[in-house]
Amino acid sequence: MRIAVAVKQVPDTAEVRIDPERGTLIREGVPSILNPFDEYALEEAFRWRDELGGTVVVITMGPPWAESVLREAVAMGADEALLISDRAFAGADTWATSHTLAAAVTKLGDVDLVITGKQAIDGDTAQTGPSIAASLDWPQITFVGKVRSIEDGHILAERYVEGGIEVVRSSLPAVVTILKDANTPRLPSLRGKMKARKLEIPTWGIDDLGLDPAETGLDGSPTRVVTISTPETSSDGEMHRGTPEELAAVLADLLLGEEES
Amino acid sequence: MDYYLSDELTDIRDICREIAEKYIVPARAELDEENRFPREIMKVMADSDILGIYIPEEFGGTAEAFGGGAMALSVATEEFSRACGGVAVSYAANALGAMPILISASDEQKTRYLPDLASGRKLAAFALTESEAGSDAGGVKTKAIKDGDHYILNGTKQWITNGGEAQVYTVIALTDPSRGARGLSAFIVEEGTPGFSYGKKEDKMGIRASATRELIFEDCRIPAENLISGEGRGFIVAMKTLNRSRPGVASQAVGIAQGALDEAAKYASQRRQFGQRIDSFQAIQFMLADMATQIEAARALTYSVARMIDAGAKKYEKVSAMAKVFASDVAMKVTTDAVQILGGYGYMKEYPVEKMMRDAKITQIYEGTNQIQRAVIASALIKETAAGGN
Ligand SMILES: Cc1cc2nc3c(=O)[nH]c(=O)nc-3n(C[C@H](O)[C@H](O)[C@H](O)COP(=O)(O)OP(=O)(O)OC[C@H]3O[C@@H](n4cnc5c(N)ncnc54)[C@H](O)[C@@H]3O)c2cc1C
Repeated sequence: MRIAVAVKQVPDTAEVRIDPERGTLIREGVPSILNPFDEYALEEAFRWRDELGGTVVVITMGPPWAESVLREAVAMGADEALLISDRAFAGADTWATSHTLAAAVTKLGDVDLVITGKQAIDGDTAQTGPSIAASLDWPQITFVGKVRSIEDGHILAERYVEGGIEVVRSSLPAVVTILKDANTPRLPSLRGKMKARKLEIPTWGIDDLGLDPAETGLDGSPTRVVTISTPETSSDGEMHRGTPEELAAVLADLLLGEEES
Repeated sequence: MDYYLSDELTDIRDICREIAEKYIVPARAELDEENRFPREIMKVMADSDILGIYIPEEFGGTAEAFGGGAMALSVATEEFSRACGGVAVSYAANALGAMPILISASDEQKTRYLPDLASGRKLAAFALTESEAGSDAGGVKTKAIKDGDHYILNGTKQWITNGGEAQVYTVIALTDPSRGARGLSAFIVEEGTPGFSYGKKEDKMGIRASATRELIFEDCRIPAENLISGEGRGFIVAMKTLNRSRPGVASQAVGIAQGALDEAAKYASQRRQFGQRIDSFQAIQFMLADMATQIEAARALTYSVARMIDAGAKKYEKVSAMAKVFASDVAMKVTTDAVQILGGYGYMKEYPVEKMMRDAKITQIYEGTNQIQRAVIASALIKETAAGGN
């Protein structure tokens, strides 16, 4: 069993601001972290590797310094890491990114399962996982809250969809996107950290993947972000004090008053 | 202060801090209240490879990566103690229990026991104290009488940290009652050995997450091969063990004190009286300044001793005692002052500092009371003076 986990380095959203002129995220000076959803994707991969044997390879596409999230993943337990990095990949939207990651999965060759987090907390699109599946022409199971089994070349998983749980069985290879309900990510281990520091991480660029510049990076990205803006925040709250009963009465008055107007 | 920890020691610190923040801090009040041993947290420590950091690679650990293991233990113990003294001593007492094996056992014994302790499959405890043998460790009455290729143990050990939770016990017992302290020997006793049972579980003032229990030996037959070192070597094994582990108690104290300072400084920056933050009062500022200074001095001394041990020093009894005395007195003072800074809130269980004050007290008592440590320091000093200075 070889499981590839695609992860992303994201700005710590608690710290992010938006450039009002250019409509893009200001990344300078903002600490970068491993996309929180990806920790669950990694944990799910580790669990099945630990149960079934095999290896977990963690992949990210990004600038050279995105390597740090790969080392974090290795500290948690990934066996191998792979950085997909090239100037030609810069400015990629989710289409170009997943096309490039899919090329890497194809080049790896013997991957049975690709796992990603549900979404990245910077773009919040939840598109890259599904789009990798489309690019590879593999089946996909998204919003997985629980993987029930992996056996006989199939995966059986629960999708937590609005209003219920959908149980889906798919042949392998497949792509799965994971919710935070799926597991509790493990902490990095000491041996993992020591391994992570020393590990030589290979970098694959556009030539390694045999891609055309027209299908990668900004040139390969059909999406154009028109504007991004921060919603106006209002700070004029009201403070009420009292017993729960009194506060309930205040709330009821406010809500009912609102309804009347 | 930057102690220029190696990358590897920094890894230990980071992992232990993460364990402390994610697992220990959220659980500590409940563990304290319920007097409950932190089994789940010990499992997390094991999974993170933190239990084997002082054990050589040959026996399943990673000590070489940290230059020996004394600093590694100090760094880990300090981080855990900063969050909870009770959880931290459960960790540290495990190392204390393993220490006689690590320091004095045969390679065969090390191969048999250390890998399971390094991985956390088993926990250890160290059993010296008895009702009539506290500071006077030579007063041990538990007997180990040779019977063919076995020893038969009879007696009761008291206040054994990790008692009832550990699977491997290093026990000091009397093989030759006529020779007093020179008649003591050290043994390895495994949980489940017939004749070995657990007695009273203590209800303590502090470090309540740790288990403190009686060990009862009634005609308990253990294989003669479980003797560590040799007959009559028990007192030496025990003293070497305690010398080696005292920087660990010092680190507990430093960690507890640091945790209390963190809380006090944070509180002082938020609490307002007389229309201003209380950390604008010089009385509070100076208390915080003294606390921080004392902690740094205690940490510096503790790290120096740990580094000295890792560097291969043979004689460190005096400085090891100094670190223990100094750091534990600092912990008591700092935690008391932290309660003072929080005022009435500090006295309430809603805030962690009252627990830190209760937890700090034990560091002045166990692994040799501070009076005994001062006696050790003084006697070394007197000997040095007699020998014409050091
Ligand atoms: C929570 C807890 C956990 C423990 N864990 C362990 C463990 O895991 N393993 C283990 O073997 N033991 C353990 N102990 C025992 C601990 O090490 C002893 O309590 C300690 O050594 C002191 O012995 P004592 O309590 O009998 O005090 P005593 O020796 O009775 O001392 C009473 C007082 O007299 C003073 N005093 C005694 N002799 C002298 C002297 N010669 N000169 C000056 N003053 C002196 C002492 O400093 C103290 O103030 C633990 C104890 C506690 C409370």
